[in-house]
Amino acid sequence: MGFDVELGLEWYRQMVLIRQFELRAIEERKKGLIPGFIHPYIGQEACAVGACAALAPDDVITSTHRGHGHLIAKGGDVRRMMAELAGRQTGYCGGKGGSLHMTDFELGILGANGIVAGGIPMAVGAALAFQLRGDRSSQGGLRVALAFFGDGATNQGAFHEALNLAGLWRLPVVFFCENNLYGEGTPQHKQAPITRLSQRAASYAMPGVTVDGNDVEAVYQATCQAVQRARAGDGPTFIEGLTYRYRGHYEGDPQVYRSRDEVAQWEARDPIPRWRQALLAQGVLPATLDDVERHVAALLEEAVALARSSPPPRPEDALEGVYGDTHDGRVF
Amino acid sequence: MPWATYSAAIRQALEEEMRRDPSVFVLGEDVGVMGGVFGVTEGLLAHFGAQRVLDTPISENGIVGAALGAAMVGMRPVVEIMFGDFLGCAGDQIINQVAKARYMSGGKARVSMVIRVTTGAPGAAAAQHSQSPEAWFLNVPGLKIAAPATPYDAKGLLKTAIRGEDPVIFFEHKRLYATKGELPDEEVTVPFGVARVARSGDDLTIVAISGMLPLALEAAEVLSTEGISCEVIDPRTLVPLDNSSIIRSVRKTGRVLIAYEGHQRGGVGAELAALIAEEALEYLDAPVKRVAARNVPIPYAPEMERFVLPSTQDIITAARALVLS
Repeated sequence: MGFDVELGLEWYRQMVLIRQFELRAIEERKKGLIPGFIHPYIGQEACAVGACAALAPDDVITSTHRGHGHLIAKGGDVRRMMAELAGRQTGYCGGKGGSLHMTDFELGILGANGIVAGGIPMAVGAALAFQLRGDRSSQGGLRVALAFFGDGATNQGAFHEALNLAGLWRLPVVFFCENNLYGEGTPQHKQAPITRLSQRAASYAMPGVTVDGNDVEAVYQATCQAVQRARAGDGPTFIEGLTYRYRGHYEGDPQVYRSRDEVAQWEARDPIPRWRQALLAQGVLPATLDDVERHVAALLEEAVALARSSPPPRPEDALEGVYGDTHDGRVF
Repeated sequence: MPWATYSAAIRQALEEEMRRDPSVFVLGEDVGVMGGVFGVTEGLLAHFGAQRVLDTPISENGIVGAALGAAMVGMRPVVEIMFGDFLGCAGDQIINQVAKARYMSGGKARVSMVIRVTTGAPGAAAAQHSQSPEAWFLNVPGLKIAAPATPYDAKGLLKTAIRGEDPVIFFEHKRLYATKGELPDEEVTVPFGVARVARSGDDLTIVAISGMLPLALEAAEVLSTEGISCEVIDPRTLVPLDNSSIIRSVRKTGRVLIAYEGHQRGGVGAELAALIAEEALEYLDAPVKRVAARNVPIPYAPEMERFVLPSTQDIITAARALVLS
């Protein structure tokens, strides 16, 4: 394979951080720290990490209801994320957004989203702005927008309108579809008349590629190619990452729609142990990987501590932040 | 003072703001080569080029969402949606994304964008090209709503909207495009949330929205010959709303009629009537009266359409009944 070991270690750290963040969030939710629902990303970590590794800090992403992994991979601060899940003042949105709406404009995270295809037109719009202004990336070429979404989103109109615009205007955007085989509780074969969702790209005159979404390096390579095309002004790419979520659509989902066997088959392809093996094969010492895990555990302790110790918002804070200009309160 | 049409006033606002700020750009269906189905953006493509005036596919949801994404990275897009009826096609982006982006992000997202859209019945355009959907969006916090009725206000409010910090749905009434009004050569801006007293009077307040303003003024003229003195108020923006000017006028006259072209039920008038009931009930000498479209889709045949839409005569009849009650 011959990847850069430092880079490989960073990917490992991010994947472990995403998984442990979510496991911890699920635990804290049971204990009552987190009031809202969570759509776990567990199992899909290689998609977020591989894709974001191909982006520059000044590129932007849009995310989904299953967005914790995307945020962490784009550099999101897990302390502010955990505080937001807890609905605290110190959270990313001061408690106004929760899991579904975390944003960090400084990191180019334009937002998680409660509507499955809702963020895709936004990514196209950001890419349009980059093209109109000729925004240059710190890596050379155009700045790029990347939209994450699931297989279910490809059946919403916003997806098709957005891809049509991007193909038409050859915008610097990457469409990253995480195909985890289920749209909520309905399997993909009952939601779409095709199996390979990357075929959809052909209608919009862009390349469509399918990669093993549980292989962080394969995801990285595919996304690098797409980003290069975009930076060069050659337009968008559609990437389908084949992956699987190990937990329910939401935490607490009884998962009547799939068998334990099926889940077990996919667990055997877990992207994290797989990448650990790849690193060991490259000569990375087990102790180094254990260090990474210890570091992640310590960071999550800090995150939970911040969430616990931060004050809740004042009820009347709910009235702030609706508008930039309230015209002396006449907007209410 | 020079005169201009409502349509030309809007075009001037776009031109001036595009010249003033390179982050302002226009996108929509047929806004470029065709200059807009109503001709409002005529000449902009030639003047500013295809990088600033973008003809789009018929994809209302896609282009509103794209405008939002562009706004999030610092642009000030002005989207044209041909008919208010088509706002339904962009429903998710307007209601769930554009309106809430700032709030959900904890106040961080700046969504400076304007959705210019036509409203009202142009005549025999039937149920999907004649609606006045302002009230659909009154119920969505995060949006601002402008509904100018004169060339001066159209220009001034649009310039304010483009320079603002928030998403604005800017309703342009189709029957007003060809109307003329005074428009000075110098800079014109109109603040949001400040109503205009279009005519002063003592016996009755008529709050007239958008295309109903000329009808209300015409009715007031007729009523004055009968000794009924009407005060006509144009709120100009529905969000923010200049509550105090409306309440002040109602307290003075003790009678109020709300004229709007949207369907009566759950319309702009319902909100204003509730406001007046909450803040000025004890000043009222007669019940609040709404003059609006009947609660049926707008029909095609002119005989039926005239029957369904609110008219000058409807205002006159309702006003007489209020004053004589």
